Amino acid sequence: MEGDIVTMGAYLGAGLACLGMGGAAIGVGHVAGNYLAGALRNPSAAPGQTAFLFIGIAFAEALGIFSFLVALLLMFAV
Amino acid sequence: MADGPGFVIRPMDQFIVKPLFGGDVVHWYTPTNVTLWMLLSALAVYGLLVYATSGRAIVPTRGQSVAELAYGFIYKMVSDVAGRDAVRFFPYIMTLFMFILFANVLGLIPWAFTPTSHIAVTAVMALAVFLTVTALGFILHGMSFLKLFWISSAPLPLRPVLALIEVISYFVRPVSHSIRLAGAMMAGHAVAKVFAGFAGALGVGAVIPIVAVTALYGLELLVALIQAYVFTILTCVYLKDALHPHH
Repeated sequence: MEGDIVTMGAYLGAGLACLGMGGAAIGVGHVAGNYLAGALRNPSAAPGQTAFLFIGIAFAEALGIFSFLVALLLMFAV
Repeated sequence: MADGPGFVIRPMDQFIVKPLFGGDVVHWYTPTNVTLWMLLSALAVYGLLVYATSGRAIVPTRGQSVAELAYGFIYKMVSDVAGRDAVRFFPYIMTLFMFILFANVLGLIPWAFTPTSHIAVTAVMALAVFLTVTALGFILHGMSFLKLFWISSAPLPLRPVLALIEVISYFVRPVSHSIRLAGAMMAGHAVAKVFAGFAGALGVGAVIPIVAVTALYGLELLVALIQAYVFTILTCVYLKDALHPHH
């Protein structure tokens, strides 16, 4: 095997950074699930809250994207 | 990924800024693939909003109907989220939304380039929003704009700590605003390129990565639409904070 410790560290860090996306997935599922639970209890109030649904999903997903960005930076821009 | 024996996948080469007419050096006036696709996005928005509605029919044609739907959608979003007096900022927000939407969706064409996948492009847009909103807050409310950070519904010893946290999160806004859009676009395209690279390496079994890329393409279309919507609605939320900074 070739390479040096710096490259190994970068690749290991990239792999570890991908664990952050699990938290983002849980967060997005949480937001969407709560919206679904509320919408099934009160269907007439649901369309008024779709804006908040998308804002919540975007905030939670953004952090997953940040961790993916760290992984990509470590892989390709060390 | 280092060069070595075996198949090499280079998913990040698609994001390199290339001058259109040869040469290596990129000055501020060089036409590059980034500027070409930004121009195409602007032309597409013009085509939809100006050219398709030039007939001004009472019973709208297809293009005019789509333009009116987009207009009504964003108008409703601005007036619902930011209030009726924010409607004078509607042209700016409509410009942001249409440009980002068309830039994202046009980038999904094979061999096309997504200008919003570059932090340079999204950071300028997010910074413009941040500076506009902050300047607006100080112009409209003077120093009492800083009441945005002073949470009067919290117990008194806690307020300085909360104020510090609020100030930090206020300055993080343009950072997260820009990285969200750029990261989502870059991530989608990089993953698609990686899967497509698998198809090149597999021979007959390449059917699986091809189906995966097709499914990913649908997801990316959804993400392109949602990211444009989220950028715009967060701009409206920040505008509301500037126009009505009470907690």
